[in-house]
Amino acid sequence: MRFAELAIRNFKEMWRDPISMGLEIGIPAGFLVIFWALGRSMRDESFLVPSMLVPGIAVFGFTFLLMFSAVVLARDRESALLSRLLVAPLKPHDFILSYSLPYIPLVILQILLCFGIGALLGLEVTGNTGLAFLILLIMGICSVELGMILGLLFAVNQVSGVGSAIITLVAVLGGIWIDLGTIGGVFYGIGNALPFAHAIDAARAVIIGADFSSIATDVYWVLGYTVVFFALGTFLFRRRMVE
Amino acid sequence: MSYGTGGNRFAIQTFSLSRKFGELVAVDGIDLSIKEGELFSLLGPNGAGKTTAIKMLCCLLRPSSGTATVMGRDIHEDPMAVKQIIDVSPQETAIAEHLNAWENLRLIGGIRGLAKEEVKRRSEELLEMVGLAKRAKDQVRKFSGGMKRRLSIAMALVSDPQVLFLDEPTLGLDPQSRRGIWEHIAELKGKKTILLTTHYLEEADALADRIAIIDEGKIAALGTPQELKDSISDMRVMVVKAKNLPPDAIEGLKEIYPEVKATEDGIEIGAKELSFYEIVDYLRPRGVAIQSMALKQPTLDDVFLHLTGKELRE
Repeated sequence: MRFAELAIRNFKEMWRDPISMGLEIGIPAGFLVIFWALGRSMRDESFLVPSMLVPGIAVFGFTFLLMFSAVVLARDRESALLSRLLVAPLKPHDFILSYSLPYIPLVILQILLCFGIGALLGLEVTGNTGLAFLILLIMGICSVELGMILGLLFAVNQVSGVGSAIITLVAVLGGIWIDLGTIGGVFYGIGNALPFAHAIDAARAVIIGADFSSIATDVYWVLGYTVVFFALGTFLFRRRMVE
Repeated sequence: MSYGTGGNRFAIQTFSLSRKFGELVAVDGIDLSIKEGELFSLLGPNGAGKTTAIKMLCCLLRPSSGTATVMGRDIHEDPMAVKQIIDVSPQETAIAEHLNAWENLRLIGGIRGLAKEEVKRRSEELLEMVGLAKRAKDQVRKFSGGMKRRLSIAMALVSDPQVLFLDEPTLGLDPQSRRGIWEHIAELKGKKTILLTTHYLEEADALADRIAIIDEGKIAALGTPQELKDSISDMRVMVVKAKNLPPDAIEGLKEIYPEVKATEDGIEIGAKELSFYEIVDYLRPRGVAIQSMALKQPTLDDVFLHLTGKELRE
């Protein structure tokens, strides 16, 4: 459990940066309230009801976590600190776990906030709340693992640009605001190939009463991406360890 | 590849260790044998290949050819075993800025598998040693450059490594901070094997048991500081500051000594053997008022200039 000490350091590093922490926690909550208000003033509010909004905004919030986690890793990679840490007898997966684990409490906090604010805005869960939570938790971890890959591939100043592109991509092709079915064509194919829309669709379905068997494929899709991103991050870290 | 025996064991051995970056040969087939407990310095200008060599020995950089062993463990074949027994204080200050000094030490102790009580004990000792005990709970981003560097060295010592790599430990520090760090390094002499890279001549001269002068990736010379200085000339030079030095006295000295040079405020006398009293006894009867006399020592700068044809600080 040598990686635990590095995970604690990374958690403290994140916690002691109040601006980033505020954004990470506040972004999904703020968006949820803004879009709910927007939905009330629109004629067609079908996709802005709380049961649609909560999973979508939660996943949208994860894309910011993705970017923040990538920045922390890229920043350490560019500093001498990581060189020092790489001289310790840690394995590549230890490093990936150390940089990923501190974000899990934030993922949980974001989901709970989204559900809590959703409840205040009238969210009613008729299905299994725990299952919806679990789907979103896996998607959150998946996003952080993607952040690890970006943090290993790009420099700090590049991460914000690439991260912004991913946030936009998820917003458009994740089915957060627009039903992917109405887009169709290539964009539907791309959106459907990525994990974001699967997580959102599955969580929405569970909230309105679907059981696990009807969303199993979506869950496995997201889980598969999480495993692949973790493995790819570990592989890239192994390459980074010895130039 | 012999690890050595008894009191003559080699902590670090390199075997034609080389590293290329494209066409650039950063380290060019260096062969070194550093004894256990020795403080060995790689002295050379920026870009000479010092940091590249350290990175290879720390298993952070793959050699293009050749290899090295650290306490008998091959850096190629068993990097994890090498990492268990070494630590490094990198050239740039490598600390976690949002953590306090105590937490930084705990981080390194933790990832190196030390028990909590051991980390606590070592950290208290080290913070005391580097004079940061009173600032242990302060976030290190508020520290001065010298304090950060002292903490960085302390971090490299938490796990009590058998072999310690110090890469330019005083780079960019003011003379006072530099001397403070020298004292800490001097305290470690003999207790563990230290490979120190520097481009400060005084640093290598003051601290190292042996020095390898490295230039353009190659070892240009190797020896104790005195051996290196002695190697460039067997001529000793006496610097005499004096008044009322008549020309005939200088001419007379030229007949006794092979090298006599008049300077602005006296003379410089060069010979294989020089006697202080002999010079005094020659000058005094001729009315020369001697203000001071000192044997001029060749410096490592002279050695570097002699070996490479350039100044170390170029």
